[in-house]
Amino acid sequence: MANEERKDGERQPEAQDQPLSGLLNKPVSRRDVLKMAGIGGAGLLLGAAGVGAIFKEGLFAGASSAAKPAAKEAAGDIVEFYGAHQAGIATPSPNFILFAAFDVVGTSLDSVRALFKAWTAAAASMTRGEPVGEESGNDHLPPTDTGESAGLSPSRTTITFGVGPSFFDHRFGLAGKKPAALVDFPAFGGDELRPEWTGGDIGVQVCSDDMQVAFHAIRNLSRIGRGKVVLRWTQEGFQRTGAADPKGATPRNLLGFKDGTANPDTDDDSVMNRVVWAQSADGAGWMAGGTYMAVRRIRMRVEVWDRSTLADQEQTFGRHRASGAPLGGKDEFDEVNLEAKDASGKPLIPMNSHVRLARGDGSAQILRRSYSYSSGMDNKTGQLDAGLLFICFNRDSRKQFIPMQQKLGQSDLLNEYIVHNGSAHFACFPGVRQGGYIGDTLF
Amino acid sequence: MKLAWTALLLAASLTAAGCSSNNNEENAGDESAAASPTASASSSAASIDWTPIVDSYRQYSIEQADAFITETDKFVAAVKAGDTETAKRLYAPTRMYYERIEPIAEALGDLDPNIDARENDVEEKDWRGFHRIEKSLWVDNAAAGAEDYADRLLEDAKSLRALMETVEIEPTLLVTGAVELLNEVSSSKVTGEEERYSHTDLYDFAANVEGAHKIYDLLKPELNKKDAELEASIGTSFADLEEALGAYKSGDGYVSYTDLTEEDTKKLSQLIDALAEPLSQMGVILGA
Repeated sequence: MANEERKDGERQPEAQDQPLSGLLNKPVSRRDVLKMAGIGGAGLLLGAAGVGAIFKEGLFAGASSAAKPAAKEAAGDIVEFYGAHQAGIATPSPNFILFAAFDVVGTSLDSVRALFKAWTAAAASMTRGEPVGEESGNDHLPPTDTGESAGLSPSRTTITFGVGPSFFDHRFGLAGKKPAALVDFPAFGGDELRPEWTGGDIGVQVCSDDMQVAFHAIRNLSRIGRGKVVLRWTQEGFQRTGAADPKGATPRNLLGFKDGTANPDTDDDSVMNRVVWAQSADGAGWMAGGTYMAVRRIRMRVEVWDRSTLADQEQTFGRHRASGAPLGGKDEFDEVNLEAKDASGKPLIPMNSHVRLARGDGSAQILRRSYSYSSGMDNKTGQLDAGLLFICFNRDSRKQFIPMQQKLGQSDLLNEYIVHNGSAHFACFPGVRQGGYIGDTLF
Repeated sequence: MKLAWTALLLAASLTAAGCSSNNNEENAGDESAAASPTASASSSAASIDWTPIVDSYRQYSIEQADAFITETDKFVAAVKAGDTETAKRLYAPTRMYYERIEPIAEALGDLDPNIDARENDVEEKDWRGFHRIEKSLWVDNAAAGAEDYADRLLEDAKSLRALMETVEIEPTLLVTGAVELLNEVSSSKVTGEEERYSHTDLYDFAANVEGAHKIYDLLKPELNKKDAELEASIGTSFADLEEALGAYKSGDGYVSYTDLTEEDTKKLSQLIDALAEPLSQMGVILGA
């Protein structure tokens, strides 16, 4: 028995390596794999800009140039924490997400400020692949860092912080600084929101190419916050990994369709300033360079979906499943022709299809950065609890996300197969420079 | 100087003198090896005069153990008289004396499982103590049949008391013991798993917190000297937790665990975590 166990233990690393080298038909270094994972993430984000944009090295060159010498080996694996904007918004999407909403305990603004200072230092360290802080050298104390990420690469980890509408109530004397755009979302059609997946004073998004590294980040941030904040809800998410899809095609959602084909070009500053980044002229000066984040936990009724015909599925999305092309088109990136009609004069892309409603008149854009989720089984029904952790960033949710979702919530053919059961809205702070701390423009 | 040496000696050993269990000696040996302070930690620990602190804690433990015997005697009498109702009423309050000093009892080898093991924690043939009687009282609704367990419980309580005189209490036992008490709450009491049949978990909860608070009170002056902010933060967190727990008082005791909503237990659990985290930093007074 003991022998067998030891054998298993020895075999494990091999088993992990094999799919990678098998896939590529040649041995690859870990660094190659990381590079490819990076390309995969960029594909998700830059889908609309065309495949060509994916292979531009710009995003990665930018990130690696900021790496500390200590982490030189993994330089391409670090997404710089400091900067004009927070990382985790316009930076490529790593393989995994761990989102956590916190509520603040008590009413002390000093305590909140101290927490954000501590979180900033910890996040800056952890995104470089370093422990959360230095060890005390005292054997009679618990270790400073929880340790599970020791020796692991930075894994393109990003940690992004925001505050929700409830943060601006009477508790901290910040009501006067609440941005007009940070509204409580109205009730949308198809909402079945559950309190256990809704709201939060503070939202923290951790993205990483490694789930253990992501977990380490949320765990240590929670630990640092103990007594100051409590967890309100969390959700893990994933997309196909760079290893599984080295070419970085547009990822598919759990309904089997390509998702995220239409996204603004994160390399284009003027587009980003128009669509994503809040401007000082928008009202709340402290949010200049920040953005508003909508988080929606969208359960997919996969059992129901799996019983629907291919024709129904394609009519629902308005795209072909295999190619991702709009109905009537051949290629994924073909222009969506909303005017095209079939022989009987009916629109090829149905009026209530997802692609048509989400596109609208094209004036309202958002930056999607969603992940799939699977949270085991729904004990009430015995069905899979799986779906989409929809995340988008926009400059003003009142003008972008909200009208878009109102339209989708009312008429989207997809509503038969999905239900929104979690929701939160956060004002994500502008980026922070070395020496500052997250939220310093507000506090 | 003499006192400093005493502290060093105390720090070096957790062995319960006079304990006959081989098992225990092994365990204690392991623990003392794991907890053996580094040179810098020892020199700093030595700068604190531990003798009065350790003596106070021993005195507290002995007081609790004395009361434990007195109350266990009454509980056992009720069980043996077949007075199920009285036995049920005495069960939870009696256990509190034990729960307050659980870290020290756990250091005494087999006594903790003999007194406090839950069903399946030990082999069926070895299962005795409070929870065995709890099952009789609440599941069978009968004290009858538990008489032997009652007798042995009283013997075990007396053995515990006897060992209190001689057990060496080292500073690390105090520091880690306070956190262990809260970990007990966190892992079995706040989840309602300690008192499967009687649902009197909140009594144990309160007693564990009281036991931890006692240790904090004893270490407070030294802690304040070393890290006043930490000391204050622990004090505030104790007050928050005790206030929340106070809401569940009922008469001389506490409401049944089954009366708590999920929201209630979550809030209590978060308050324990909020307290236990800074409490786990009390080791700064042992360190460099």
